[in-house]
Amino acid sequence: MAAGIVGYGAHLPRHRIKVEEIAKVWGADAPSYKKGLMLREKSVPPPDMDTITLSVEAARRALIRSGGVDAADIGAIYIGSESHPYAVKPSGTTVAEAIGATPDIHCADFEFACKAGSEAMYVALSHVKAGEMKYALAIAADTSQGAPSDALEFSAAAGAGAFIMGTENLVAEIQHTHSYMTDMPDFWRREHEFYPQHGGRFTGEEAYFAHTKGASNAILKKSGMKPSDFAYAIFHQPNGKFPQRVALELGFTQEQIDPGWLAPTLGNTYSGASPIGLTATLDVAKPGDMIFMCSYGSGAGSDSFIWKVTERIDEVRDMTVRTRKLLEENLTYIDYGTYAKFRHKIIKNK
Amino acid sequence: MTMFSSRNWREYPHRYRTEASKFKKSGKTYIPKRLVDPETGDTEQETVRLPETGKVLTHTIIRIAPSQWGDKAPYALAIIELTDGTRLMAQMTDVEMDDVKVGMEVRLEFRRVQSEGSHGVISYGYKAVPKWY
Amino acid sequence: MRTVCVVGVGMGKWGEIWRMSLRDLHTQAALSAIEAAGVDHLDSLYVGCMSGGLFVGQEHLASLLTDYMGMRGLAATRVESACASGGMAVRSAFIEVASGMSDIVMASGVEKMTDVDGDDATYALATAADQEYEVFHGATFPGLYAMMAVAHMEKYGTTRDMLSAVAVKNHNNGSMNPVAQYPFKISMEQVAKSVMVADPLHILDCSPITDGAAAVILASEEVAKKLGKPYIKITGTAIGTDTIQLAQRDDLTTIKAATIASGKALEMAGKKIDDIQFAEVHDCFTIAEIMVAESIGKYKPGKAGEAFLAGESALDGSFPINSSGGLKSKGHPVGATGVAQVVEVYKQLTGQAESGRQIPGSPKVAMTQNMGGSGGSSVVHVMEVA
Repeated sequence: MAAGIVGYGAHLPRHRIKVEEIAKVWGADAPSYKKGLMLREKSVPPPDMDTITLSVEAARRALIRSGGVDAADIGAIYIGSESHPYAVKPSGTTVAEAIGATPDIHCADFEFACKAGSEAMYVALSHVKAGEMKYALAIAADTSQGAPSDALEFSAAAGAGAFIMGTENLVAEIQHTHSYMTDMPDFWRREHEFYPQHGGRFTGEEAYFAHTKGASNAILKKSGMKPSDFAYAIFHQPNGKFPQRVALELGFTQEQIDPGWLAPTLGNTYSGASPIGLTATLDVAKPGDMIFMCSYGSGAGSDSFIWKVTERIDEVRDMTVRTRKLLEENLTYIDYGTYAKFRHKIIKNK
Repeated sequence: MTMFSSRNWREYPHRYRTEASKFKKSGKTYIPKRLVDPETGDTEQETVRLPETGKVLTHTIIRIAPSQWGDKAPYALAIIELTDGTRLMAQMTDVEMDDVKVGMEVRLEFRRVQSEGSHGVISYGYKAVPKWY
Repeated sequence: MRTVCVVGVGMGKWGEIWRMSLRDLHTQAALSAIEAAGVDHLDSLYVGCMSGGLFVGQEHLASLLTDYMGMRGLAATRVESACASGGMAVRSAFIEVASGMSDIVMASGVEKMTDVDGDDATYALATAADQEYEVFHGATFPGLYAMMAVAHMEKYGTTRDMLSAVAVKNHNNGSMNPVAQYPFKISMEQVAKSVMVADPLHILDCSPITDGAAAVILASEEVAKKLGKPYIKITGTAIGTDTIQLAQRDDLTTIKAATIASGKALEMAGKKIDDIQFAEVHDCFTIAEIMVAESIGKYKPGKAGEAFLAGESALDGSFPINSSGGLKSKGHPVGATGVAQVVEVYKQLTGQAESGRQIPGSPKVAMTQNMGGSGGSSVVHVMEVA
């Protein structure tokens, strides 16, 4: 049975901090960070924004683009994030309540480093494909923290993408999926710890690249397709450089990744990264376009997806704000002091 | 403060989904929902969800706030008239204090409104942001 | 209905009274009112207090206070309507005497506000607003009145100077009131340059946090005559209410509860607003005095500010307002304020206002207007010389 995306939406904070502003505080060399990470600035959530609020806004936009899906018909809400506001208490039920999808619903919060969002998409798709429910909502959202002065601080950002999966009235039909995982100690955060730890350069070749290539090559083989068959491709983007490199090495072109390559000015939205990239890509895709997508989550694994865009995209893309507009307009740049206050990095001892 | 979570929970329909009472006789809409139309005494009503956009009727900047707001002050507060004529009070967010003006067009967004420190419940609800798209 | 008279009043010094508790503050005011009236007993007591619970952790005040007054066994009732609690206590006492049920009834008010810090006082006061739909969103009382001020400025062109003039005038009057918390004069410039609390209201637009109590003794005219002391008559009393949720008011620039209460009280007294020669009104914020003067019908909407700038509300103006110094200078121990307004009118109508503060021309008819919250309740009394 055909299954896929019925409605999609994204949400991003309007606040940005530039690499120079962070580098200045830690005496780091901004030009080399900008070059090394291929990243100029990142989004910062204000104190009243978190994974749940980003999810609600993204989900509301997905509902708008679904063209009249009744929230009560959504059978499941899965939120992938490594920054759920509560350690114990689901994010999904709050989102369900806010969009009017309670009480006949299945909710679960997923966690798999940066792959939790695509994981939610994978499970949601499986449910509708199996006929378990009419619609399933998958949300990929994060408000990630990097430890002060750590390389991650230059990239850890916030954003959300939401997808209502169904079997009718699709804007993008799923063609193939493939998942590829191994046990990989490249990045982790222990229980009760505030900031994640990582293996430095060990997060590259054997981690990000091995898994994204593993999932990508497998799905290409499975589908019998080659990079040139796709209009667009989106890869997990912990910075600007990694997705560009993996894309080019796999045989994709810069033009194919451009619409969904958000990290240079958005930063790493963790679970949100490739899903938000997909929303930005759908915003510009044409009916019939094939879209390649591959996530990556430390620990480690990649989910790859092949989507085929339908006629309906022309009708829905401008029903609400486009992702690029959220990325590029209405911005406000903050200094490190404001950023430190927003992200609770100031110890008040009270 | 142990009862705070139940008090907040009870208001979810209003805070999460802006559910309101629309009374049959007067056609007037009120948030939160109420049993009786204060103007006509009418009890016949339907639950409606309020539009998400409106304009600022009046506003202030709270510079000295009660203890639970801690370091959130200064923050802007406004009375907003939504496009259907319903009025509500909401905090303004994502806005420079000096930019808040009577007549400013706003959109309601889902945000954290309060939280009991880092240990207690987080209260979500609507806040108003300048309408920019 | 019997004629009801004010036969004696009592008040201690208001301010940060560190050495006195809520019960002591009340006892001091109550006993001085009893002494002033020369009554040998009370039939009952109504005490107005907004939030003994949040300010000092004490409820069940009526019994506690009668005990400390040395009157165990006395019928006593606590009355609450936020900052209008005191005025409501006066009205309750009035009804009991007017009905003929009792001859001598005390109305008192008390608030002990300084035992909590500023944040907690702001919180306690904010409980008079809608907890779930105003306070939840971060509203404070200065904030609510600030929003009314912005609306008033927007609609009528009310200015900073008009607001400042209220504070300057009230501090001038208060400088001559020995019980006032802040008995000093201030300048227009000082108000405008003081720290901002909730734009456009500065700290000198706001009434202070105050410890204080006030008491009045109401009696039938028969008793009043027998006592042989100066007395005045309460000829009108009325309550007005409105939604406490500011957002749900049709007009943010007027206080409907005050309009209702003044209209009814004037009607009861058989008077028109222009018969009133001076008034004590609820200037919890400078904008409130302007809005109340308009809401009670003394000035057309948007016209009070100009009149105040021209000096009409000064002691020697055509309509003196807050000869006591008002809440602004005298202080605002919320539960006591409405009772203290009656204390001031009693002093003025019996010619006993302290030196310099006596309104010239021996006025004969006055009004008090006491307000709860942002105007969710208002109680008005019309009083006349005997």
